[in-house]
Amino acid sequence: MQRFDYILKRLVMALFVLLSVSFFTFIIARVVPSDPAAAWVGPHPTREQIEKATIELGLDKPLTTQYLRYMDGIIKGDLGTSITTRQPILTDVRTFLPATLELVIAGMLIAIVIGIPLGVFSGAYRGSWLDHLTRLVSIAGVSMPAFLFGLLLQLLFFRYLGLLPLGARISTEVSLFNPIETITGIYLLDSALTGNWVAFQDALKHIILPAVALATYPVGLAIRMTRSTIIEVLSEKYIMAAKVSGIRQRTIFFVLALKNAIVPTLNALGLAFVYSLTGAILIEIIFSWPGLGTYITNAVLSVDFPVIVSVTLVMTVFYILINLLLDIIQAIIDPRVTLQ
Amino acid sequence: MTTTFSELEITADEIPHDGHISELSLMWRAFRSDPLAVLSLVILLIFIFGAIFAPFLTPYAAQGQGDPNILEKFNPPSKAHLLGTDYLGRDVLARIFYGGRSSLSIGFLVVFVAVLIGVPLGAIAGFYGGWIDNLLMRITDIFLAFPPLLLAIALAAALGPSFTNTMIAISFTWWPWYARLVRAQTISLKERSFIEAARSIGVPSWKIILTHVLPNVMTPVMVQATMDLGSAILVGASISFIGLGVQPPTADWGTMISVGRIYFLERPWYAGSAGAAIFLVVLAFNLLGDALRDAADPRTRRSVSAGR
Repeated sequence: MQRFDYILKRLVMALFVLLSVSFFTFIIARVVPSDPAAAWVGPHPTREQIEKATIELGLDKPLTTQYLRYMDGIIKGDLGTSITTRQPILTDVRTFLPATLELVIAGMLIAIVIGIPLGVFSGAYRGSWLDHLTRLVSIAGVSMPAFLFGLLLQLLFFRYLGLLPLGARISTEVSLFNPIETITGIYLLDSALTGNWVAFQDALKHIILPAVALATYPVGLAIRMTRSTIIEVLSEKYIMAAKVSGIRQRTIFFVLALKNAIVPTLNALGLAFVYSLTGAILIEIIFSWPGLGTYITNAVLSVDFPVIVSVTLVMTVFYILINLLLDIIQAIIDPRVTLQ
Repeated sequence: MTTTFSELEITADEIPHDGHISELSLMWRAFRSDPLAVLSLVILLIFIFGAIFAPFLTPYAAQGQGDPNILEKFNPPSKAHLLGTDYLGRDVLARIFYGGRSSLSIGFLVVFVAVLIGVPLGAIAGFYGGWIDNLLMRITDIFLAFPPLLLAIALAAALGPSFTNTMIAISFTWWPWYARLVRAQTISLKERSFIEAARSIGVPSWKIILTHVLPNVMTPVMVQATMDLGSAILVGASISFIGLGVQPPTADWGTMISVGRIYFLERPWYAGSAGAAIFLVVLAFNLLGDALRDAADPRTRRSVSAGR
């Protein structure tokens, strides 16, 4: 029952946060910029154009009315119109979101496969040379600007070795002669589902470098958090008790310790996901990856507020939902979290 | 791993007459015995020194401040230009010195403002509890619901690209972390007997917060701030990289990478040097923060001095 209460409480909280976030982004879009109508018209606007845009955008109405109209739009799935492309933002987001998700998921997979085992070993063999080396890798990972690492990867694997492409999601020839049928918008998945192996191979080649660059921070984070979790769990009294009673080292480690390290590790992954989501913005610029990051950066450079705010909103909603999901999973695995 | 105070190498004459060894001097000892921490401190001092005394350290001070020197465009590293020249022929080393001024001060200012807002709010929330606590914590929830870099980008975009606006935007997203940290510390302090004693003799709450709570939360805040300096510099560089931060011709490490990346594959020294500067400084702050945390924690302090 307590677990159910906890989950319900988290749902209500998430709803409250979502509402507040929408209000906040509204403020950023409408109140902070000095003149949104002028921005809407474009460079060198005339007075008539601005007045017309003010009425068109509803900026002459009181703020509360504006907010309600904005919320009404969001609920109906209308994120507004981009100033530069003059396209509905929702259409653009639908095109770019899968590209970003594909990159983030690939980065996360790398972070999990490399970071968690290294963190576990490092924590289990604390003080060994492996531990020292791993800690160095992890601290370098969290200190390295991802965009710099991306550039270095390009220099090595494209310029010097010629092994991997410089950027983009897929080669032009492949997109012309072996086009990927869109199902989810995630190239690797779609090409595998339709059996288009030429495109699959090409898409895989394109995603390696950006995904590795994106994974630098999450790998470092995963190592650090997993390591300290393992150290903490191994110093718990029940582990000592198990040692004293002569249970085999391996059993203690894999059966008793790892089980209790799952929840904090999930937390680490949640954090890693968040950093990947925003880190993707920088990586996409370097690798000309046509995703939300490139979309928002172009919007920033052309002062396209509706796009900036909508992308912020979409990414934040994703972030909140992921955190909610993690909390619920935790509550199911480890009932102790519901007591806090 | 059993170690005693003797391994902290405190000699008899260093112990004051009352036999009391101060917490700070213990921290300093633990810190000093960590070679990585000392190395980080040296790296940071070099960069800070370079930023402050930039005009005296380079013969190309005018170029460091932005003057172009078109005739020497894209020179690779040489004796005259140790790190080469950039797309306007400016000495890259001079740009790194001057760039440190904006990149480092963004980090320091952001953390300073975040501490200035977050620490008092956290102490108030933790100390008073009730509806004040609820209100303040719900506000921090909202801020922390945004992916960190994203809110700063949106705010910086709304305020317009400049050094000050970048600083404001990042600080705005950063203070909630300090509010949370200090609130948790304050709640556990509140139960301690010295605060109860002060309350029972009628010391006003604001005075208790100022004289008893704040001094006692400063160690964790200091450790957190050191670690955050690196992250704040990284976020500042990221915002400059997007094109929102410090605008040319003012030198800035993030902006240098943003402009230099176009030429990177053929002429990597320009963006590469700025990237290396960011990496070294952030790495040093992270190592320093780790060492401070270990030095501040009596449990790890002993194992540190036992040599790792």
